[in-house]
Amino acid sequence: MRVALFATCLVDTVVPQVARATAALLERLGHEVVVPAGQACCGQMHVNTGYRREAVPIVANHVRAFAGAEAVVAPSGSCVASIHHQQAMVARRAGEHGLADEAEALASRTYELSQFLVDVLGVTDVGAYYPHRVTYHPTCHSLRLLQVGDRPLRLLRAVRGLELVELPGAESCCGFGGTFSVKNSDTSTAMLTDKMANVLATHAEVCTAGDSSCLMHIGGGLSRLRSGTRTVHLAEILASTEDAVSPHQTTRPAVTA
Amino acid sequence: MTTTPQDLRTDQTPLAPGAPRSGTTFLGLPTAPRGVGHLRGDRPFPDAARDALRDGQLRANLGHATQTIRGKRAKVVAELPDWQQLRAAGSALKAATMARLDEHLEELERQVTARGGTVHWARDAAEANRIVTDLVRATGTDEVVKVKSMATQEIGLNEALEAAGIAAHETDLAELIVQLGDDKPSHILVPAIHKNRAEIREIFLRTMPRVDADLTDEPRRLAMAARSHLRERFLRARVAISGANFAVAETGTLAVVESEGNGRMCLTLPETLITVMGIEKLVPTWRDLEVFLQLLPRSSTGERMNPYTSMWAGVTPGDGPQDFHLVLVDNGRTAVLADEVGRQALHCIRCSACLNVCPVYERTGGHAYGSVYPGPIGAVLSPQLTGVEDNASLPYASSLCGACYDVCPVAIDIPSILVHLRAEHVEAQEKPTAESVAFKALGRAMSNPRLWRLAQRAAGLGRLVARGRPTMPAALPFPASAWTRSRDLPTPPAESFTAQWAREHGGRS
Amino acid sequence: MSAREEVLGRVRTALGETRAPVPEVVRDYRTTDDRPAAELLDVLVDRLEDYKASVLRCGPDDVAATVTAALDAGLGTGWAPGSVVAAPGLPAAWRPEGLDTDDDRPPVQLAERAASVTAVAVAIAETGTLVLDGTPPCGRRALSLLPDCLVCVVTAEQVVGSVPESLGRLDPLRPLTMISGPSATSDIELQRVEGVHGPRTLVVVLVA
Repeated sequence: MRVALFATCLVDTVVPQVARATAALLERLGHEVVVPAGQACCGQMHVNTGYRREAVPIVANHVRAFAGAEAVVAPSGSCVASIHHQQAMVARRAGEHGLADEAEALASRTYELSQFLVDVLGVTDVGAYYPHRVTYHPTCHSLRLLQVGDRPLRLLRAVRGLELVELPGAESCCGFGGTFSVKNSDTSTAMLTDKMANVLATHAEVCTAGDSSCLMHIGGGLSRLRSGTRTVHLAEILASTEDAVSPHQTTRPAVTA
Repeated sequence: MTTTPQDLRTDQTPLAPGAPRSGTTFLGLPTAPRGVGHLRGDRPFPDAARDALRDGQLRANLGHATQTIRGKRAKVVAELPDWQQLRAAGSALKAATMARLDEHLEELERQVTARGGTVHWARDAAEANRIVTDLVRATGTDEVVKVKSMATQEIGLNEALEAAGIAAHETDLAELIVQLGDDKPSHILVPAIHKNRAEIREIFLRTMPRVDADLTDEPRRLAMAARSHLRERFLRARVAISGANFAVAETGTLAVVESEGNGRMCLTLPETLITVMGIEKLVPTWRDLEVFLQLLPRSSTGERMNPYTSMWAGVTPGDGPQDFHLVLVDNGRTAVLADEVGRQALHCIRCSACLNVCPVYERTGGHAYGSVYPGPIGAVLSPQLTGVEDNASLPYASSLCGACYDVCPVAIDIPSILVHLRAEHVEAQEKPTAESVAFKALGRAMSNPRLWRLAQRAAGLGRLVARGRPTMPAALPFPASAWTRSRDLPTPPAESFTAQWAREHGGRS
Repeated sequence: MSAREEVLGRVRTALGETRAPVPEVVRDYRTTDDRPAAELLDVLVDRLEDYKASVLRCGPDDVAATVTAALDAGLGTGWAPGSVVAAPGLPAAWRPEGLDTDDDRPPVQLAERAASVTAVAVAIAETGTLVLDGTPPCGRRALSLLPDCLVCVVTAEQVVGSVPESLGRLDPLRPLTMISGPSATSDIELQRVEGVHGPRTLVVVLVA
């Protein structure tokens, strides 16, 4: 299958290794990966902060960039949820009904990574090797908006060498919430503290999730505390094999990679 | 806060200096007036939250209580195989009610009147307070007993009665704790949720006349103390004031759902009963209660059914109050109804399940929201009732995690309304703000691949500030500082993924 | 303009001139409970006891004796028959000898009585709920409220499975009281404790 990779603005700019891992994984599974050069952002940050008018041209750019793609995959539950639930809505509200229809059509071909692997490709064992003790945080938008359910856990359980430990209070928000982490920094930090306490209680080496934004939040907190536990995106774990212990599997704090 | 009678005249409520234009929606529908009632806080949410977060006792009390109630709710909801069907029916029933609200209100008025009740209409809090005060005065009494009611909290009825020389005795245990402690409610269902048993014991010992000096902090003993404290007041009361959980338009039946029996005391023993109700609380038909009487108790106290539900239609000779008044209050509700996205907030049945699961509420408590409606539902209801600019920080008091929507028994999409209200706030600004300038610029870049590559390269320059370190310095200018105060920020790479991919794949996309 | 006209006018403005159609309400939740009657009785007893009510079961010929046993359980043996008030329409065959009968005395006088005995209109198994409807067998609302011990007699044919079935049997114009266990509160740390302003003891006599 020819898969168009939507890196998402955050991954593309700040944690490119997550997109590289996603591409490597899909290619290893025998699929052709294309990276449309015109891609930028899904518009979620604008919509969720109140700039829904300003989000419309961002949505238009996204729809233009991925026009004609057979399937779009993104390593982010949150961005895919925005594509499914917000893009057409903001376009329609602005009276851009043609754009809204196109966004809806594109959304129906857009998948979060774990859903694409399990539901579209029908694989749970992607042939990965990752000899580490790992705990999984189900990010809110993956969990509640996309309802990815146990797909990431099924993928992780099939990884050779990986010891999966259950995260207490897993379904509690980590406190990121986009601009919430800045506008309500204190409350966000209080939520993060409890999330980190639960992560550290597992004695896992690695906390993983399907969203780089939440991982940047949790990882930023763990790094600040100089805790040894690092955050690694699900795609990076699934891309790892005996032959390639990377991509960019690191022993330094995750945020450094 | 004591409200003087002059303050109750809404047309003279002064605007705060520099306050933005507010008070009406685009359809000209008035929002809840300033200067009366408890829908507005005196500080923005982040400031109030900052103090609350430092209160270790509050955090412990809230954490314990919300954990307890979450577990109870989950257990009794799981008992019903048709919960999602009930939830969908509850949502549809509320939407159907709102779609013909005027017709249902007129029918309710006809039915209540036909059964011996008197219906009053109030445009806003001040008018509702005036109506109730006049009704109490007409009976010649100077004290009333009250059933816990969000509507009367919202309009500040106790303060209005006090200003008129009428003592209002709260009879719900948690409301009593709040009243005796000279405190404010912090939760829709359990207004004293922020107090633990030891603190409640202290309040009772300090404020209850004739309290047993050996009172312990055992919840049963505390409940007994409230029983003896209020017993004589119930038996002598001539006027009671209640809210209503539901009003059935086709029959004129009102329903109050409670646990302790204080509601039954108030609804049964006095000669005069005055019920204050928001205009959105009705259901069209008797049968509709079969849905809500299943959804509400399981969502609120986590019980299969609450201990007592009282229902009455008008006046019944020989049984209960012989003088019944129903006060229907707008106070900004029609302004909410005019907003096609936000009107869902009027579907709320005040169960408080969204508060109990909210990670923000769990940590800050209810006072930080400044309104009698705290938590996720408060963050969408209060700004709409007052106009967004009067509660502009509330729509941002959420990480949009969506736990509230999952538990809402009438499926109110609270996260979507929060996002909608943020946009209403942004679009109401007449002058550019630093934030709006930044978001507009970023939006332009994200709409234009060439500009976006430039912006990404500029972001990559952040690594120069890091001077080879894996994370950025903690001391960065605002707003980055709000992040780096408590979390590290990774140093951006020299090259973005898309740039690297294009380079490696010969510019092919 | 009157407040009434103004509020109704605002509602009409808010809803707009061309109104959206009323959304359809799909009632695909359970409206009947087809469990056998005997099983429903067991569920009722289980739910009543779960919320700290006591239940005594008896045959149709033993009701008065069982009500006496219920009062023994609630008040302790040796209670004075005159301290117990029965609903005016309580069937004679259900009444232990010597009980007082409620009349049109001021309701607050009922607060001095130790216990009351009433029938019910409907009982809901799934929630452990008794519904009193203010008819003579159930008595006025104050009767089941003020005495500290309440004894309710429930017959098998009054028991329905679910909330929807119960509403169909009730008259919405009557003063209705739904009772699920003794008075309780969850206001202290959200833990349920029984016994506040309503009767602290609820004993149910189930006749089947």
